[in-house]
Amino acid sequence: MARELTIKVLRYDPQQKSNGSVKAYFQEYKIKEADSMTIYLALTQIRETLDAGLSFDFVCRAGICGSCAMMINGRPKLACRTLTKDLPNEIILLPLPTFNLIKDLSVNTGVWMDAMSKRVESWIHSSKEIDIANIEEPVEPEVADAVFELDRCIECGCCVAGCGTKLIKEDFVGAVGLNRVARFECDPHDERTIDDYYELVGDDNGIFGCMTLLGCEDTCPKHLPLQNKIAYMRRKLATVKGS
Amino acid sequence: MKIKYCDALVIGGGLAGLRAAVAAAQKGLSTTVLSLVPVKRSHSAAAQGGMQASLGNAKMSEGDNEDVHFTDTVKGSDWGCDQEVARMFVTTAPKAIRELASWGVPWTRIKRGNHEAVINTKRTTIFEDNDKHGLINSRDFGGTKKWRTCYTSDATGHTMLFAVANESLRLNVNIEDRKEAIALIHHENRCYGAIVRDLITGEIAAYVSKGTLIATGGYGRIYEITTNAVICEGIGTAIALETGIAKLGNMEAVQFHPTPLFPSGILLTEGCRGDGGVLRDKDGHRFMPDYEPEKKDLASRDVVSRRMMEHMRKGKGVESPYGTHLWLDISILGREHIEKNLRDVQEICEYFAGIDPADEGRKGWAPVHPMQHYSMGGIRTKPTGESPTLKGLFSAGEAACWDMHGFNRLGGNSVSETVVAGMIVGNYFADFCIENQIDIKTEIIEKFVFEKEAYMKELVSKDTGEDVFRIKNRMKRIMQEYVGIFRDGEGLEKAVSELEQLYVKSKNVAVKNKQLSANPELEEAYRVPMMLKVALCVAKGALDRTESRGAHTREDYPKRDDANWLKRTLTSWKEGDLMPTVEYEPLDIMKMEIPPGFRGYGAKGNLIENPQSAIRQQEVDEIREKMESEGKDRYEIQEALMPFELQSEYKRVNIRLGDK
Ligand SMILES: Cc1cc2nc3c(=O)[nH]c(=O)nc-3n(C[C@H](O)[C@H](O)[C@H](O)COP(=O)(O)OP(=O)(O)OC[C@H]3O[C@@H](n4cnc5c(N)ncnc54)[C@H](O)[C@@H]3O)c2cc1C
Ligand code: SF4
Ligand code: SF4
Ligand code: FES
Repeated sequence: MARELTIKVLRYDPQQKSNGSVKAYFQEYKIKEADSMTIYLALTQIRETLDAGLSFDFVCRAGICGSCAMMINGRPKLACRTLTKDLPNEIILLPLPTFNLIKDLSVNTGVWMDAMSKRVESWIHSSKEIDIANIEEPVEPEVADAVFELDRCIECGCCVAGCGTKLIKEDFVGAVGLNRVARFECDPHDERTIDDYYELVGDDNGIFGCMTLLGCEDTCPKHLPLQNKIAYMRRKLATVKGS
Repeated sequence: MKIKYCDALVIGGGLAGLRAAVAAAQKGLSTTVLSLVPVKRSHSAAAQGGMQASLGNAKMSEGDNEDVHFTDTVKGSDWGCDQEVARMFVTTAPKAIRELASWGVPWTRIKRGNHEAVINTKRTTIFEDNDKHGLINSRDFGGTKKWRTCYTSDATGHTMLFAVANESLRLNVNIEDRKEAIALIHHENRCYGAIVRDLITGEIAAYVSKGTLIATGGYGRIYEITTNAVICEGIGTAIALETGIAKLGNMEAVQFHPTPLFPSGILLTEGCRGDGGVLRDKDGHRFMPDYEPEKKDLASRDVVSRRMMEHMRKGKGVESPYGTHLWLDISILGREHIEKNLRDVQEICEYFAGIDPADEGRKGWAPVHPMQHYSMGGIRTKPTGESPTLKGLFSAGEAACWDMHGFNRLGGNSVSETVVAGMIVGNYFADFCIENQIDIKTEIIEKFVFEKEAYMKELVSKDTGEDVFRIKNRMKRIMQEYVGIFRDGEGLEKAVSELEQLYVKSKNVAVKNKQLSANPELEEAYRVPMMLKVALCVAKGALDRTESRGAHTREDYPKRDDANWLKRTLTSWKEGDLMPTVEYEPLDIMKMEIPPGFRGYGAKGNLIENPQSAIRQQEVDEIREKMESEGKDRYEIQEALMPFELQSEYKRVNIRLGDK
């Protein structure tokens, strides 16, 4: 027998702030559970049949692009690959905390992530002139794999939403940013030194702000080795500057 | 009223748009990129399998070069492509991948010594020489002579997109996401930017620029079941169409991928079969060799998709509550291989189908069914990427039809095309922006803005009318049913007439939610009529094209008809019309480097030949023979057969291992 699901969504529209009366509230929707129903399918059905004004974000709906992270019964998760059958009858959906709210379940992760990328200068720093008609520089296969392992971050924001430090320190770069630094640190194309990375994240809003509580690694849907990499970067940065 | 000025405006922040923006920024232009979503979430992120480039590094790619890649691409296109563009592409692709490597894409690299691979279901040992160690590796894909598809595990699009996006950030490209272009600003056959709606505040603004480039990707979401991201609705294509001046090319050429997961439509990359996975039917029988003894599971996508449908029609499909499907078996590749090279595939199977594809035997088989996947058609451009009819409008990537895919695209040729076009077209586009000024009166810009502001207000003002979701879902159903893998006159007639009625209805939609800001229903209300126009271009083009070519299969006209149909479809839309205007542009056989011939699938006689093909073939053979006897090299011969223009930096010879 198909279950009836009660989906409670936090509704709030900051765009309507100017008329003063608008408050955040929970709205309940009841829908029939379908076989292999995901939160994506459930929310789409709600929008098409019950509430056309409900805002949420999906792009790939395949767990690849990182658009759809939200709080699902208290945990940050990718909604598109969360199956309703793994949840109780009552499902509570909240927008991801710490990011700017656009409306309902839609938050502005893009702006935050772009700023983070610029802050850690998330691109290859190289003084070499590359001739693209010539054979590429060889890279040890294991090293390429190791870089790929960290390059898999999809900027979903789960780690940021699950981070205690971030809640206290608004400017904390988050595990996503620290992972980025680790990614370039192990990329042989990048000529930056540990000193350079220290300039970027060698402070309390960077690597030394992290309390290693592991909220990030627990919630990362890509299972990135955040804990290890943060510890590794911290050791490196601490020893080089000796601060 | 808000007017923002920039030198170069790029609409769309996927791989094509961002790479073109880099080209503009490199030339010192103030460059703005618009995107519906944060650019790193663009559909390009979803490409799994890889990017074709004839590096010829790995053992199984030895001997690969531009010529082999070119031949595969032309055959793959079923001779529908522009061969000069295909030449430009294959010459630049190795440079594109090497550039990406230097920007940090962690391409999977070759390891010296022996390693195991599954080829034709048999475990085989491949030995890689010392001098290849550390160079970019490649895997097998459908329709290619060599293993040419370079990859980062099965997250190729993601790693490419992040590298190009970061490069754009480095160059200070002004990236604005959650901004939707809803119309082009144009005057006297010249484009000056776009009218843009802020998806958060609802504000309408004019983005005025010297040149405008559309890179908004494909239009898969006009179909019910598709592998495409939910944002692939073809709005960028539609705004070009709505100018009444720019034209669309080959819109009926729609590709269906053989192995999306059933029923969710989430793609399992062609890399699955490239790496040695096979298709099986309800009896567990591997059926592809019965149909295509030579290429088997790795025939071209259109061919495999059709064979699968055929096999299911024979009752060999697996019945399920959602309908019939077949199986994809990658368990034969072994757990170790899957956990390293097909990790996203494994995760997708686990999350969306509850299976582990590494489990041996039937337990690990994934249910698959062919589904809409790629839009070969798009905004018609010259080889420079500029619209031949609307000056200052450029297009690149899946949104464009500069036409290197013809009627069928090879796997791995698309992300490759996006960056290559981003380089080539991006450069031409940047030059245009340097050479031209903005000479349009503010009044004209204002008119466009006011018109759209009024339109939005009108949309939310209606209290009674049609439900936009019903219209949209009906359109998707029609496309699915009548404009799918197999098409015929009767079904297409139905499709065209019902889509036309839907289009009329779509102009009378009532929006329940009355807000002008952040309102998903309002977005649907203005997008659906545009999607219907795109759908009509596809359906009408398919109805009129009475032959079968590449992915366009007419059951009532099963032959490829080179005598009558060696031509590109062009559709445009005159204001006020309910139907697109269809015209044709001939392909010149006498200029082809490879004149039309047998593609290598199915029966040989399934072709109505054009007498010119034989004449040109003879000419080509004679030139080749003569020049070979004179000791000319392959570049000189190519130049004699079909000269093509390309920026000199990209035309340079690609160096490969073993070259002097
Ligand atoms: C699941 C899947 C797997 C694939 N795997 C491969 C593969 O392995 N190899 C391969 O070669 N190809 C593959 N492809 C095809 C390939 O990924 C796409 O063709 C390619 O990425 C398209 O890139 P693009 O830059 O043209 O457009 P997209 O990446 O689709 O980007 C479009 C951009 O336009 C923006 N946009 C759209 N409309 C508007 C508007 N109106 N206003 C402003 N912005 C707008 C979007 O926000 C987005 O930024 C795959 C496709 C799918 C569906
Ligand atoms: S370990 Fe804790 S404090 Fe550090 S980034 Fe992760 S969640 Fe935040
Ligand atoms: S590190 Fe993991 S959780 Fe954080 S943004 Fe990247 S993928 Fe998401
Ligand atoms: S929609 Fe892309 S990860 Fe969920």
